[in-house]
Amino acid sequence: MLRLDKRPTPSKFWNYATPVTAVLLTMIAGGILFALLGKNPFEAIKLIFWDPLFSEQFASYSRPQLLVKAGPLILIAVGLSIGFRAGIWNIGAEGQYIIGALCAAGVALAFYPVESWLVFPLMILGGAFGGWLWAMIPAVLKTRFNTNEILVSLLLVYVAEKLLAAAATGFMRNPDGAGFPGSRNLSQYPAAANNEIFVNTGLHWGGVAAFIAVLFTYILLQRHLLGFHVQLAGQAPRAARFAGVAPARLVVLCLGLSGAFAGLAGMFEVAGPARQITIDFNAGYGFTAIIVAFLGRLHPVGIVLAGLLLALTYIGGELAQFMLNLPAAAIQVFQGMLLFFLLALDVLSNYRVRLARQPAKTDAKVELA
Amino acid sequence: MKPPLLSIKGLTKVYPGVVANSDVSFDIGEGEVHALLGENGAGKSTLVKAIYGLIVPNEGVMEWRGVPYAPGAPSEARATGVAMVFQHFSLFDAMDVAENVALGMDNPPPIRELAAKITDVSHNYGLPLDPSRMVGDLSAGERQRVEIIRCLLQNPQLLIMDEPTSVLTPQEVEILFRTLRQLRGEGKSILYISHKLEEIRSLCENATVLRHGKVVGRADPRQESARSLAEMMVGQSLHTPSRPAAQPGKLLLEVQDLSVTSPSAFGTSLRKVSLAVRAGEVLGIGGVAGNGQDELLGALSGELRTTPESIRVAGEPVGALGPNARRALGLLCAPEERLGHAAAPDMSLTENALLTGAYRENLVRSGFIGWSKARDFAEKIILRFDVRTPGAHVAARALSGGNLQKFVIGREIMQRPSVLVVNQPTWGVDASAAAAIRQALLDLAQAGAAVVVISQDLDELMEVADNFAALNGGQLSAPRPVNGLTMDQIGLMLGGAEGGETDAAA
Repeated sequence: MLRLDKRPTPSKFWNYATPVTAVLLTMIAGGILFALLGKNPFEAIKLIFWDPLFSEQFASYSRPQLLVKAGPLILIAVGLSIGFRAGIWNIGAEGQYIIGALCAAGVALAFYPVESWLVFPLMILGGAFGGWLWAMIPAVLKTRFNTNEILVSLLLVYVAEKLLAAAATGFMRNPDGAGFPGSRNLSQYPAAANNEIFVNTGLHWGGVAAFIAVLFTYILLQRHLLGFHVQLAGQAPRAARFAGVAPARLVVLCLGLSGAFAGLAGMFEVAGPARQITIDFNAGYGFTAIIVAFLGRLHPVGIVLAGLLLALTYIGGELAQFMLNLPAAAIQVFQGMLLFFLLALDVLSNYRVRLARQPAKTDAKVELA
Repeated sequence: MKPPLLSIKGLTKVYPGVVANSDVSFDIGEGEVHALLGENGAGKSTLVKAIYGLIVPNEGVMEWRGVPYAPGAPSEARATGVAMVFQHFSLFDAMDVAENVALGMDNPPPIRELAAKITDVSHNYGLPLDPSRMVGDLSAGERQRVEIIRCLLQNPQLLIMDEPTSVLTPQEVEILFRTLRQLRGEGKSILYISHKLEEIRSLCENATVLRHGKVVGRADPRQESARSLAEMMVGQSLHTPSRPAAQPGKLLLEVQDLSVTSPSAFGTSLRKVSLAVRAGEVLGIGGVAGNGQDELLGALSGELRTTPESIRVAGEPVGALGPNARRALGLLCAPEERLGHAAAPDMSLTENALLTGAYRENLVRSGFIGWSKARDFAEKIILRFDVRTPGAHVAARALSGGNLQKFVIGREIMQRPSVLVVNQPTWGVDASAAAAIRQALLDLAQAGAAVVVISQDLDELMEVADNFAALNGGQLSAPRPVNGLTMDQIGLMLGGAEGGETDAAA
């Protein structure tokens, strides 16, 4: 039998080692999963993690995709990480992402076909505002009525998806689209298009925004009193109140910030790679970003690395689907396993694993209760 | 000759980096009340945990009536006849007394039978307790009775009590002692852990003194003075806090009809609390925990808001202000709970220095943190208050209770408060650190601050306070000068609403 002893201070080694170990364990467990599906596990793992970047056949297409996918993941994840550090659990970034995209597209379509440099900045504001607004619903409900922000924000994702479907088939449908669902193609509206900044790099303005967001978050958490209060509230809520932190203000701030970041990600996506509002516009970035945030240890730099890795699994997953006929769900399971292993391994940074019958310092209360 | 009830021979317990017990030997006879004395960290807890089967020693043996005794788990210890009342209660507020007792037993009888037994035992031993009451509604003294009765139901031969009186009023202590003497009269043995020397002198016939894990002395406490016992414990002569008498200055803290609803379901709301403290004055507020101490501190610190006029600092109404606005006016506080309230356990001492010192110490410029200034401030506290730690980068939870307490009290004192409110400033702190903290509080008052000390330790309040008031059921008695106050009068002030039950038991 194994037993767990709480460490006096969390292990620094395991704090950094767990993400790497989790990735390795996911590869092993994923390989077994692929083998059970009758595929060659080594080939599948290579297709997911290696070929998108280095194979001559695929890399020219896949490499730029890395930044395309990593941009929104990182942008959403840094926003979420601020709230997660404060113990405020926004699980509904997917919904805020959708509403951000809808608002941004709405701004663009309202101006269509006016050519003005003002349109794009207004879309950015619209996207951020939309995400912020959608996140304010759980924030206000939590501060006023003490509802659980996890449930409210999650359920609002499904409301947002309904709104998206209504927009794509109804009020935002392309009037020149011969009745097909989907809005106008924003890439054909130069004032609103979010094109690649350098051709064939995959870097569009969303990537720039993600970079700025990472920098902003890093400074907020490391240098600013507000970031200190965020972390204090997450670690010791009573001490935070003693330090003068108003919990309600923090809820509004964290949810609002993460919502605005997710809304921005939606804006850059709809004006860029997605080109238009469609029924299936959202690709799960908002949920995957939760994995990115935790895999990156809620640290801005870690989130950049984790965002690139998860982007790779998206691209490699598509490749594996295409080349090996893997079901699409296999890749989702793969991403899910990653979070699972990560959270499970986190036990190691706070606890020491020992064999039983080697008793050590225990808390007397555990024994009695 | 009959072997002693429990004989401990050469017991040693080593934790990584620390020797908690080193070659400890002593005997407990049948029907003996044996005191285990020592400062915090002297190894008392480790020793009793070994006796109770919570840990296994590295070396040494124990014998129970001459037979080898090596409990691998508390259930084995209980089966042998050892029971333990812990310092911190393990009770569930939302369950009644009988259910709580059942939870701690190895083979609980049906609840109705158990309730009858509880009523029986509680009357036999003079500890009145209604088995159907919710534990959340009980006073600290009554909660302890739940724990004691849980032990007595198992008919133990040896009862271990860890700091049992730290939460009791003097009258409750008397009741407890009567029970313990009755148990001794029945031939049962008691291992009594405490740092309250007067109690030990009145109750115990043998004492073993531990220091740094070793036995440094054995004594008959009845033959020793409290001072000689204390010096045996500390290993040096003790410094008694002192200060010259001073004329009280102008009114700095004024609380008028303060009523606050407790945010917690099992908390105590404050009802029309009024007090006034002048510059240079120390007001001691006594009372058993759970009578509104946390709420009073919260209302003064700004964590709980009230009407502006109910609290005034130097005439300025502050009742509706938040903690930082009050700090700006010179009202500083140090809460009781060190880990999680006064300090964030996983954060470094530098970060914890920033926690309350951000504005008064100018550690923040337009929202941005000056980390090197914060570290300097933390290091200044560590230096001046003799906090034993490798450095300011260490996490708060890695410090011992006494050292962290010195840090959090020091952090507030270093910010030159005009009013300082502290709750349980020396709880769980060793004698020399406690003396240092009390001296620092007195020096602060001497320098012209108004100081409020909320404490359960009456000896401490008698030592530092000019005036004494008792908090009971959320109401504060009128303050009275400490000079000339007798223990009986204090007991009556503390008793308040609980007086009825105490009398019934007497």
